[in-house]
Amino acid sequence: MALAISVVALVAASWWMGQQAYHWMPVQASTAAPLVDGLFSFETALGTFVFGAVVAVMLWVVVMHRADKYDESDAVPIEGNTRLEVIWTVIPLVVVMAIAVYAMRVNTTLGVLGPMEHIHMADAREEQGGFAGDRLPTEQVEVISRQWSWEFRYPQDHVSSSELHLAVDQPVTLRLVSEDVIHGFFIPAFRLKQDLIPGRAINFNITPTREGRYRLRDSQFSGTWFAANQADVVVESEETYKAWLKNAATQPLQPGLSDAVGQYEARKKLKNPGWATVPPAPPPQVNVPGSNTLPHDA
Amino acid sequence: MTSATFSENFQPEQGSWKRYFSFNTDAKVIGIQYIVLAFFYFLIGGLLAMIIRGELITPASDLVDRSVYNGIYTMHGTIMLFLFIFPVLNGLNNLLIPTMIGAPDMAFPRLNAVAFWLVPIFGTLLISSFFVPGGPAYSGWWSFPPVSIQNPIGTFVNGQGLWITAVALSGVSSIMGAINFVTTILRMRAPGMGLFKMPIFCWTALAAQCLQLVGLPALTGGALMLLMDLSFGTSFYRAEGGGDPVLYQHFFWFYSHPAVYVIILPVFGIFSELFPVYSRKPLFGYVYVALASFIIDFLGLIVWVHHIFPSGVAQWMRNFFMFSTMLIAVPTGVKVFAWLGTIWRGKLRLTTPMLFCLGGLFNFVFAGITGIMLATVPIDIHVSNTYFVVGHFHYVIYGAAVMGIFAAIYHWFPKFTGRMPYEGLGKLHFALTFIGANLNFLPMHPLGLMGMPRRVSSYDPEFAFWNVLASLGAFLLGVSIIPFLLNMISSWVRGEKAPANPWNAIGLEWLLPSPPHEDNFGDFVPTVISRPYGYGSGLPLVENQAAYEQALKEN
Repeated sequence: MALAISVVALVAASWWMGQQAYHWMPVQASTAAPLVDGLFSFETALGTFVFGAVVAVMLWVVVMHRADKYDESDAVPIEGNTRLEVIWTVIPLVVVMAIAVYAMRVNTTLGVLGPMEHIHMADAREEQGGFAGDRLPTEQVEVISRQWSWEFRYPQDHVSSSELHLAVDQPVTLRLVSEDVIHGFFIPAFRLKQDLIPGRAINFNITPTREGRYRLRDSQFSGTWFAANQADVVVESEETYKAWLKNAATQPLQPGLSDAVGQYEARKKLKNPGWATVPPAPPPQVNVPGSNTLPHDA
Repeated sequence: MTSATFSENFQPEQGSWKRYFSFNTDAKVIGIQYIVLAFFYFLIGGLLAMIIRGELITPASDLVDRSVYNGIYTMHGTIMLFLFIFPVLNGLNNLLIPTMIGAPDMAFPRLNAVAFWLVPIFGTLLISSFFVPGGPAYSGWWSFPPVSIQNPIGTFVNGQGLWITAVALSGVSSIMGAINFVTTILRMRAPGMGLFKMPIFCWTALAAQCLQLVGLPALTGGALMLLMDLSFGTSFYRAEGGGDPVLYQHFFWFYSHPAVYVIILPVFGIFSELFPVYSRKPLFGYVYVALASFIIDFLGLIVWVHHIFPSGVAQWMRNFFMFSTMLIAVPTGVKVFAWLGTIWRGKLRLTTPMLFCLGGLFNFVFAGITGIMLATVPIDIHVSNTYFVVGHFHYVIYGAAVMGIFAAIYHWFPKFTGRMPYEGLGKLHFALTFIGANLNFLPMHPLGLMGMPRRVSSYDPEFAFWNVLASLGAFLLGVSIIPFLLNMISSWVRGEKAPANPWNAIGLEWLLPSPPHEDNFGDFVPTVISRPYGYGSGLPLVENQAAYEQALKEN
């Protein structure tokens, strides 16, 4: 009876933790986010159950099965139990395979949302859309990463920006290019991440679903000013987005955001400037320089 | 030695302390050399961790310059892995393997000493990179190109070059060690000790060292190509010359994922040795636990791509490596359940080693659950390269592995020093370590879920709260080492003299005096007749066990 109550309590606690897990993530701002969060919630609940069960057994043993102070004798020598050992091999096997199948289905759906395999620059056919051409949306934005700045180009509208602007609920193909080292394109609110590999262009599809301002962070260590290599992603209504593009096209080119350039210049003036570093690339020439200090949703 | 009597052979050794500074070929001396040197580097690596957490206690980059920060975190990871954890485990292997299997020494004693003396050589090389122009390597302990081949200082001798050379030498040392440990375990066991009468620590050490032999050549080859790209202008990984930077990631992780098992498998061995002693029960499911080590070995070699899911690997690879990674939970779970089965209805003694084992198991189960999350591609895509991974990794390495190593040190300290450690200081050490580790590493998980990248020297203000907690935990963890050092030094110098078997444990090493004679059993190698861990069974472990116990009493 006590065991049954304990199991029920543990199941309830695990379910509660699974629900809490949604709050540990940033806001959901892309089509991928609910899928990832659902899987994470499921694994949190399952993990809580396993962790809770193991720790409960440990605590029970520590409290109830301590040797008396002067008891030097041994316990009952139980060396094994084949049936038990088979059970605790088969159950975890089934559980992890179930998680894997669930995760594979989510993974496949994410793949439909946006093919993430490489498209080699050398292959013109692939570069134009390649294997997933029939799924490609019309809008295409070039994302160029450098040590240490981000530049977003809208070739159809002749706009260049230090902020990534996107229309809500509109699929977009990002063409990811690195000009020097590996960078990581990571928008936590979108739950998506893709490395930018030098020498390759990678087509990456996303669909934002919530208006707001979000952070794009470099997730792959890219050198001295890696930590400062951030940019904002602005998701807005289609009308606002079109108006932004139209207005941006009229703005003159000017230096875009690059914290690294400013910090590098300040550092050079110091008596003891620290260890050697690669000089930052000049700031990109953009129509919209954006800001690094505006409040963001996630 | 043939003229010695049974009793004379059991005279404990009273050697000079100078032997610990010499090219000594006694595995027990080499073991202590490894462990003491490893802890010297542990203090350096820990100091660097304090600077890292000091920088991260505020959002701004305000304690050290960004380039200095990058060098410091690179060296922290490298020192802790290559100069602390592998050497300290090699030290335990040296102490335990020959004594546990009844061998007089390692199979190749001189090779053993050479493998050890390479450690201070490459350690000095690595630490000296702090003083070369341009500072030490700054591209992380994994040194992904192209960052690692940029060489901003432009000189032939530079921190990154020294880093690669040191890592390659570490590989040479580890391969020497692996050959020695594998040969010793397979060829030098006492009569009667079939593989399934061998202590689990030897099984796990054997499995770990087999992984070294398979995996290390990939890393060494990959590192050599990196050195050529850095110093000689080749283009193995340089995209503009036709190379592929992702190729290095495959070489690197082909070894460096199994390296985690090289670390954790011997710790599983330690748990398997200690839970029976302090629960007074046999190890539950001995054969399953032994075989699970090699299943982990096999699976461990086909999971490396889970480290590079966002590098643009094909969908089928993501799915395959997700399945293979998840499968590792099964043999690992078998071990966890076996330990629970061992302590279940035992007669527990919560000594310092037992507390470290229980704490380590607690942390390891937590790390296993976050490990499953990381294996799951969609979640990994979100949290890879964030603090979630740092938290998971440190739960495995510090929370479980280092806790297991402390357990081992407290448990076998009397055997190899002849002195008892102080129990009060040990328990204080455990309490500070357990609280400090959890306060340090748990907050890293919410940080990662919120999207804080790892390796950053500054961050947005929304990450401040959890970072303050993590830093406080880190400082507490730093303080926790003080009672440990006090305990080790004071008890070794003037601790109570240790009997041969202070914990009433079963195992060949406990049939030896504390500390053992130079050639362990000499000519009187016992014949093993039972499986290990015969607590409560009343069966003797070796033939003529009473004579061994009598000889110990007479001395």
